[in-house]
Amino acid sequence: MKLLCAVKRVVDYNVKVRVKSDTSGVETANVKFSMNPFDEIAVEEAVRLKEAGKASEIVAVSIGPAACQETLRTALAMGADRAILVQTDAEVQPLAVAKILKALVEKEQPRLVLLGKQAIDDDSNQTGQMLAALLGWPQGTFASKVAPGEGTLTVTREIDGGLETLELTLPAVVTTDLRLNEPRYASLPNIMKAKKKPLDTVTPDALGVDVAPRLTTLKVVEPPSRTAGVKVPDVATLVNRLKNEAKVI
Amino acid sequence: MRTLVIADIEGGALKPATLNAVSAAGKIGAPIDVLVAAGSVQAPAQASAAIAGVDTVLTAEGPAYEHALAEPLAALIVAQAGGYTHILAPATATAKNVLPRVAALLDVAQVSDILSVEGADTFTRPIYAGNAIATVRSADPVKVVTVRTTAFEAAAASGGAAAIRPVDGAGDSGLSRFVSAQLAKSERPELTAARVVVSGGRGMGSGDNFPLVERVADALGGAVGASRAAVDAGFVPNDLQVGQTGKIVAPELYVAVGISGAIQHLAGMKDSKVIVAINKDEEAPIFQVADYGLVADLFKALPELEQALGA
Ligand SMILES: Cc1cc2nc3c(=O)[nH]c(=O)nc-3n(C[C@H](O)[C@H](O)[C@H](O)COP(=O)(O)OP(=O)(O)OC[C@H]3O[C@@H](n4cnc5c(N)ncnc54)[C@H](O)[C@@H]3O)c2cc1C
Ligand SMILES: Nc1ncnc2c1ncn2[C@@H]1O[C@H](COP(=O)(O)O)[C@@H](O)[C@H]1O
Repeated sequence: MKLLCAVKRVVDYNVKVRVKSDTSGVETANVKFSMNPFDEIAVEEAVRLKEAGKASEIVAVSIGPAACQETLRTALAMGADRAILVQTDAEVQPLAVAKILKALVEKEQPRLVLLGKQAIDDDSNQTGQMLAALLGWPQGTFASKVAPGEGTLTVTREIDGGLETLELTLPAVVTTDLRLNEPRYASLPNIMKAKKKPLDTVTPDALGVDVAPRLTTLKVVEPPSRTAGVKVPDVATLVNRLKNEAKVI
Repeated sequence: MRTLVIADIEGGALKPATLNAVSAAGKIGAPIDVLVAAGSVQAPAQASAAIAGVDTVLTAEGPAYEHALAEPLAALIVAQAGGYTHILAPATATAKNVLPRVAALLDVAQVSDILSVEGADTFTRPIYAGNAIATVRSADPVKVVTVRTTAFEAAAASGGAAAIRPVDGAGDSGLSRFVSAQLAKSERPELTAARVVVSGGRGMGSGDNFPLVERVADALGGAVGASRAAVDAGFVPNDLQVGQTGKIVAPELYVAVGISGAIQHLAGMKDSKVIVAINKDEEAPIFQVADYGLVADLFKALPELEQALGA
């Protein structure tokens, strides 16, 4: 079966972002970008399915500016076969991303689409569920284990109370959680090979998708800050302070 | 304007997080209905009808809703959506799974994890692991919103007398099937609602050492939490993870033990009222947000703490 993976280029998780002083957003100039960590997990899972003989071809898709080519090359170096960049400099919100992915699914006809559960920049946690809705497909979100069967996919999900296992009819959409796998580092030979793999570029317009944002960001500010308190010398002092000063115990 | 709140049901009972969503709905100012979909609705419907400020409780009963599968539940919500300007749910795993599906079927955006209601179409929400707070305005006719429960007081669980009205469900779509669940059983308070949370990190060294944390939590009547590293290492199950991509908590007292304080962890606990950090590394970033820091070996400090609390 053919697999599609959606990979987003985001500010690296190690960067402590700064809010711009004009409150228009966060500072993204001269900041390190990487593939969204959950999307690395999605690509890794796709590659493992292919290595296990359960998948035939892996197509990686990214939506955003030309720089997303880098993100796609990373996916190719990890083992994706081909990549599609849907290029735009506009802000593309989850509903529009889902519509673009739907258009590509109709073209590419994958049996399974793998996404991250959450992009660590907008923290929306929406796109996979929206894509499944638009396609009328079942969804296995927050997956910590996936196992393909005959025309089905068994997905174990991380939920508030623990774990839950579902059986989905294929085709389906899966979003990854942290415990699904540990993504590999691409080897140097694979990075070199990735440079020769096909990377096509299209536009949202060419796919017939209107990406006009539905949400307008009016301002972005810093959260209320917390300041460091005091160091206590020992457990007895700690308990005393919690009882008599903070009055929380 | 009219608001529909989707009740969160776990183990057949109404989850308290629903109360926080009702309170967020109250800030919008329109009449509030609650939708209860479950295998058996009687108990959660009655609990919902008793919530102060609720107008009508809509119920849909049947095996299709027993496990809150996304496909039938989203179809049900969409079928009931007519007449509502706002659809709200607490940002639990269930709503995070289902509501974006609802939003897409209605061709509207979702506003995830709101911290405040600034107006009927304007909300604030955290982005970048809570390192920035965005104010967003929705241009859509229906606002689909998940609510960060720690940002809203719970509505009163009693005092209401809403009418209960059954609605037709869409039935099972056949697209997905529940197979099994492995649910954690615990006598301790629920992590996201506990007054005290004691969390252990990689510094705990192994799952066998977690009873050190559990005994302190028990002495304080609190819940046990963990960092991602502790969950990834298999010390404790996934449902204990606190953070950007785990659970969000804001207890009166949060005790972080053997946790370094990565931004992804802070995202889940930095709104706690009082934070205590126990770490042997005095440079650990967790101390930058801690009200009380104890630089110590946890294997010595935790038994001492347990004893001091018991005394
Ligand atoms: C996409 C993504 C999502 C993430 N989501 C989350 C999330 O939701 N929640 C989360 O927690 N993390 C999350 N993380 C991981 C996060 O970045 C950190 O890796 C993680 O929080 C570290 O856990 P830790 O503090 O337990 O471990 P470490 O950073 O290894 O810290 C261990 C600490 O224990 C101390 N220690 C060791 N031994 C002792 C001792 N004997 N006595 C006292 N102190 C001791 C050390 O000094 C150290 O400070 C996420 C990461 C990514 C990339
Ligand atoms: N611009 C994008 N390009 C490619 N994939 C995306 C994009 N935005 C979101 N996704 C996918 O959708 C997932 C969830 O994102 P979100 O709903 O924004 O939290 C991500 O982990 C990606 O797999």
